[in-house]
Amino acid sequence: MLYVLQQTLNALQLGSIYALIALGYTLVYSILRMINFAHGDIFMVGGFVCFAAATYLQLPFAVTLLLAMGCTAILGAGLERLAYRPLRDAPRVSAVITALGCGIFLEHFVLWLSPYPQHVPALLQNQTWSLGGLSVSSIQTAIVAIAVALMLVLDFIVQRTMLGLAMRGISMDMKAVALMGVPVDLVISSTFAFGAALGGAAGVLYSLAYPVVDPYMGVLMGWKAFIAAVLGGIGHIRGAVLGGFLLGAVEILVTAFLPSTYRDLTVFTLLLMLLIVRPHGILGRPTLQKV
Amino acid sequence: MNAAEPMLSIQGLTVSYDGIAAVKGISFDALPGEIVAIVGANGAGKTSTLRAISGLTPWGGSIVYQGESLRGVAVHQIVERGIAHVPEGRAIFGDFTVMENLRLASWVCRSRPVLWQAMERVFTLFPRLKDRREQSAGTLSGGEQQMLALSRALLASPKLLLLDEPSMGLAPLVVRDIFRVLVEINRAGTTILLIEQNAYQGLRIANRAHVLETGSIVLSGRGSELMQDQRVKDAYLGG
Ligand SMILES: Nc1ncnc2c1ncn2[C@@H]1O[C@H](COP(=O)(O)OP(=O)(O)O)[C@@H](O)[C@H]1O
Ligand SMILES: [Mg+2]
Repeated sequence: MLYVLQQTLNALQLGSIYALIALGYTLVYSILRMINFAHGDIFMVGGFVCFAAATYLQLPFAVTLLLAMGCTAILGAGLERLAYRPLRDAPRVSAVITALGCGIFLEHFVLWLSPYPQHVPALLQNQTWSLGGLSVSSIQTAIVAIAVALMLVLDFIVQRTMLGLAMRGISMDMKAVALMGVPVDLVISSTFAFGAALGGAAGVLYSLAYPVVDPYMGVLMGWKAFIAAVLGGIGHIRGAVLGGFLLGAVEILVTAFLPSTYRDLTVFTLLLMLLIVRPHGILGRPTLQKV
Repeated sequence: MNAAEPMLSIQGLTVSYDGIAAVKGISFDALPGEIVAIVGANGAGKTSTLRAISGLTPWGGSIVYQGESLRGVAVHQIVERGIAHVPEGRAIFGDFTVMENLRLASWVCRSRPVLWQAMERVFTLFPRLKDRREQSAGTLSGGEQQMLALSRALLASPKLLLLDEPSMGLAPLVVRDIFRVLVEINRAGTTILLIEQNAYQGLRIANRAHVLETGSIVLSGRGSELMQDQRVKDAYLGG
């Protein structure tokens, strides 16, 4: 029992990182019906900004986090402006292929800057508390707390502000939102920026837990978070969070009871089975167009 | 601005889809305070004309509003300049409540007082919407949805109101109510460009009207004159 509880705590840490990345996929999908396959690499860039800020600038953790979020927000909005906006009226598949290309570009750009995996210096002092046999580390607590705080901020923006109202409106009918006098392009840029900033934050939190960054770290993480988003119901913000935590939980529990080499195989098999039962994800409902 | 100077002046307007012309060089204008109607059968190019004015579709020719060309002006800027467009099929946000629909439409309201004044006006025109403000807009009746669509447009305090078939799919009594409100809105100073397949209602309230057939204006005149025109009677008023 204690063991399961301990593993659940570990699952929360991993799940909150997946959830943050999954939110980026889902935000963009909900307004443009497009999968931003460069998103995993934005997460990687977040990790590298974190590495650079901590190594060369020795910035405090909070500043590092904000810097990484700021840089990835600009990167996300920039990709939208340069690569995706010209294709907005093109077939969806063109945008998806472009996104894959942007991701590969980001990987190789970073590879050019830093051909080797880099070690990220300790960003926070680690402390481990023992609570009745459970061991909880301060880093684990910080990761989950920061991730949940960011999710609450996003939820506030989407549910309570005019910008969020416009984002939700665009997911229903973009032209109609423009006719309300809303600068739709600006709202779309902001959505990309928010999604990318969450991915960048996830990159920093990931580097807290696993302090090595490499240019391909976004590939598998990106796919997994994408699957988490699909699992929760792509386009649904709460679905992405749910999917992220669920994926984290399944992964940790599989590793706890089976040899770790079976982890990805088992996880993906379980997820595919779930998608056979609920093809639109846990919270999703059928929509007209899917990528 | 001179009172006789048109608020909207359209010269040689063309709209094409994949090289196929839907609007073939039409010209008309709307004076301040007027109701101008464009009637025509399904597929004549009425919606395309309105979409061009709002910047929703590429166009050729010239569209001049309040003395300035609308070429290259973004959709939301056109709304800011005072042109509100109630699109075909109303385009209500069905998953939003009535109030959320109105809040999104209040994006262009410059200040709280302006917003409250506009809201007041809308709820006075359509008390039924006030009672249903927390109801999901998708569950409103067709007439109520049209009221909501009109209300959203009015929140922008438009100088020019573009209406795409406001009578579509509504019962005759509801249509009469909607058109009564349109006349009221027009009397309060808003110029209206109205597009209708339901030619009778459109021509009845219009100062001037044009008949559009496969992308060209084939007949123009005062609304009351066109109602008496034998060709219009045969083609659009059911004989
Ligand atoms: N998005 C579009 N793509 C291709 N053709 C279109 C499009 N919209 C309208 N058309 C065509 O343009 C013509 C005029 O359409 P429209 O302006 O909607 O007419 P109306 O509103 O008078 O019914 C029609 O032949 C229609 O099929
Ligand atoms: Mg039409």
